[in-house]
Amino acid sequence: MKRLGMLLVLVLCALLPARPTASAENVTLTALFMKQAAYSDADVRAMTAEFEKTHPGVKLSLEFVPYEALHDKIVASVAAGARGYDIVLFDVIWPAEFAENGVLLDLTNRIPKDVINAVWPGAWTTVLYQDRYYGLPWILDTKYLFYNKEMLSKAGLRTPPATWDELLRQARALKAKGVVSYPIVWSWSQAEAIVCDYTTLLAAFGGSFFEKGSPKFNTGGGQQALQYMVDSLNAGLSNPASRESLEEDVRRIFSAGQAAFALNWTYMYNMANDPKESRVAGKVGVVPSPGDAMHSKVSAVNGSMALGVMRTSKNPELAFQYAQALTSQAVQERYAKLSLPIWKASYSNPVVIKGQEALITAARQGLAAMYPRPLLVRYQEFSTILQTYLQKALLRQLSPKAALDAVANEAVQKRLK
Amino acid sequence: MRRQDAVAWWLIFPALLVAGGVAAYPLVRTLYLSFFDAPLISFARSPQWIGIGNYLQALQYPAFQDGVRHTLYFTALSVGAELVLGVLTALLLNQQFAGRAALRTLLILPLAIPTVVNAAMWRWIYNPEYGALNALLTQLHVITGYRSWLGEEGLAMHMVILADVWKNYALVTLIVLAALQTVNRDLYEAAAVEGAGAWRGFWSITLPAIRPALLVVTVLRTVEAMKVFDIIYVMTRGGPADSTKTLSFYVYQEAFAFLRLGSGAAYAFLTVMLIALFVGLYIRLIRAEAATG
Repeated sequence: MKRLGMLLVLVLCALLPARPTASAENVTLTALFMKQAAYSDADVRAMTAEFEKTHPGVKLSLEFVPYEALHDKIVASVAAGARGYDIVLFDVIWPAEFAENGVLLDLTNRIPKDVINAVWPGAWTTVLYQDRYYGLPWILDTKYLFYNKEMLSKAGLRTPPATWDELLRQARALKAKGVVSYPIVWSWSQAEAIVCDYTTLLAAFGGSFFEKGSPKFNTGGGQQALQYMVDSLNAGLSNPASRESLEEDVRRIFSAGQAAFALNWTYMYNMANDPKESRVAGKVGVVPSPGDAMHSKVSAVNGSMALGVMRTSKNPELAFQYAQALTSQAVQERYAKLSLPIWKASYSNPVVIKGQEALITAARQGLAAMYPRPLLVRYQEFSTILQTYLQKALLRQLSPKAALDAVANEAVQKRLK
Repeated sequence: MRRQDAVAWWLIFPALLVAGGVAAYPLVRTLYLSFFDAPLISFARSPQWIGIGNYLQALQYPAFQDGVRHTLYFTALSVGAELVLGVLTALLLNQQFAGRAALRTLLILPLAIPTVVNAAMWRWIYNPEYGALNALLTQLHVITGYRSWLGEEGLAMHMVILADVWKNYALVTLIVLAALQTVNRDLYEAAAVEGAGAWRGFWSITLPAIRPALLVVTVLRTVEAMKVFDIIYVMTRGGPADSTKTLSFYVYQEAFAFLRLGSGAAYAFLTVMLIALFVGLYIRLIRAEAATG
C-alpha cells in the first residue's frame, strides 16, 4: 500500500507542469500569416529571425494558413477566448468589421507622423477605418496583367494590350493562329479571388459598388464588367478552368505555358520567371491591368494587406515593434522580390528595381489607380453573395444583369451598406 | 443491493462525466444559443433573446433550403454507392484466392487517409489542366478535350461524391466482411444441392445474414454524410455557384464568416434534427428486424 502511495505521488509530480525557470523577460509572441502570394514562408521566417536577434528574450511562434482560412482563424481565435494571436496579417476588406467588433487594437497614437508621410497613401487605406489606423500596411498589392512574350510574338503582336477590348482582340488572334487554346486565365473560383478580378474590371469600365448607400454595381460599369467576363468565357478566350481556379492555379497554368495572359498579384512575376518553378521563365511580361477607351488608362484593385495587433494580446507593445520591424523600409527592400515595399522612396532604390524593372514600371501606374472593394462592416456576407451570383452568370444560369440585380436586392434586403 | 447500486454509480460516474461534457453540454448550449441573436465576438454587444427568430429566418432562407437539398442528395448518392460497392467488394474478398490477405490489407488505405488529405488529393486528380483524370480519359479516348470537373454545376457535386465514396466504401466492406464470416458455408452447399444459383443464394442466405450489419453501417455513414463539411471546404468551398454548399457549410459560414453564432447554432440544430429523423427511422427498422429475426 505504501508503495502504491509513493507511486501515486511520483505520477502526480510528473503530471504537474514544470515550474517556469526562465526569467520574466522571456516572452513568446504568436503571429498568423498566410501561405500564398506575397512573401514566402521562408522570407517571413528569415525576417523574424532578424527581429529575434535584436530582441533577446523574445521568441515568435509563426503560423501560416491559406488566405481562404485567414479571416475565420482570426475571428475564431478571439471567440475561443484563450490566449490567441498577438499579431495577425489582415486583408484590406476587413478593417471595418474588425474595428467594429473590437478585434484589432487602434494603433493611431503609436504610428509616427513621418512614417505616415513616407508610405504610399494607397497603402494606408488598407488599415484605415473612420480615420483611425488599425495596423501597419505590409503587402502593397494589386492585380497586374501578365503576358507570355513568346506567344504574343508568334501571333505577330508587338505590344501587350492597353485596353480590355484590345485584350480580347489579341486573345482572338492567338486562338485563331493556334498558339494557345485558351489565351486568358483568371481566378474565378467561388472565393474572394473572383471579386478581385470583377472589381478590376468594374474600375476599368468606370463603375462603382455603392453610391450614397444604394447599390450601383448592377448598372453601367459594374454590369459591363460581368458581361465582359461572361463574353470572354463564351467565346472560348478565357479558360473554362478559371471557374475553379484560385491565384495559385492561375500561376501554375500560366507557368506551364498554357495561357498567354493571366491576371495575378505581384508575387507571380518573379515566380513565373524562376526556371525551377516555371516553363516560361524569361518570357514573362507584366503591365498594369488594362483600361477602357472611355473611362480609364489602367485599372487596379486594392489587394493590399497589413499587420495588426490583436486586442487580446498580452504584449501589445512588443507585438507592435515586431510589426514595425517587418514593415520597415530596410526589411521590405531586402525582400522586394515577391512583394513590393510600401515606402515611396523604395521605388527609386536601385536595389529594389534591379531585375524587375518591368514590374516596377507597372507598379507605379497600377498602385496609383488602386480601386477599393466596398468598405462594409459585413463585407464577408456581401462578398459571399456576390461570389455566388458572379458564378451563376459564368455558368449561364442567369444573365449578367439578372445576377447583379439579385445581388443588389439581397444587399438592400439585408441592409448590407 | 443498495451498496452494489452505489458502487455501480461510482464506477459509471467518470463515463457519465465524459459523455455529459463532450456530448450533452455542447448540445444543450447550442440549443440555448440558437434562441439568441448572439455575435461570435462579444466585445461590441451582448446576446439578445429572439425566441425562434433564427429558426424562422433559416427556414425562410432559400439558400438554406438549397443546402438541405444538396445535403440530402449528397447523402443518398454517396451512402447508396458506398453500400453497393462495399457489399460487392466484401463478397469478393470473402472468396478464397491468392493474394486475398494483401488485398484485405490494402482496403484499410483509403480509411487511413484523413478526409482533408483525401480531398486535396482528389482536387489534384481532377485538376483541369494537369490532373490525372483528364489525362486518363483523353488517352482512353473517352473524352476529346480536358474538362473542368469542379467548375461545372451538377458535375462538381458528383465529383465530390466520387471522392467521398472512394474514401468510405471500405468501411462498409470491412463490416460486411466481418458479418460474412459468420455465415455457415453448409447453407450454400445445401442450397446448391437444391438447385439454387449464386443469385438465389445471395438473396436467400447472404443478404439476411448481413442485414443487421448493413443497417448499422448505413446509420453510421448516413450520419457522417449528413454532416459533410471538410471534403467540400477543401475541394470546392461550396462552388460553383453554391451548387455543393451543404448544411454544415452554412453552419460554418453563419458562425465564422458572418460572426452570427446564434443563427449558426440554429442552423446546426436544424441539421441535428434532420439527422435525428433518419436515425429514428433506421432504429425502427433495426427493432423490426430484431423482432422478426
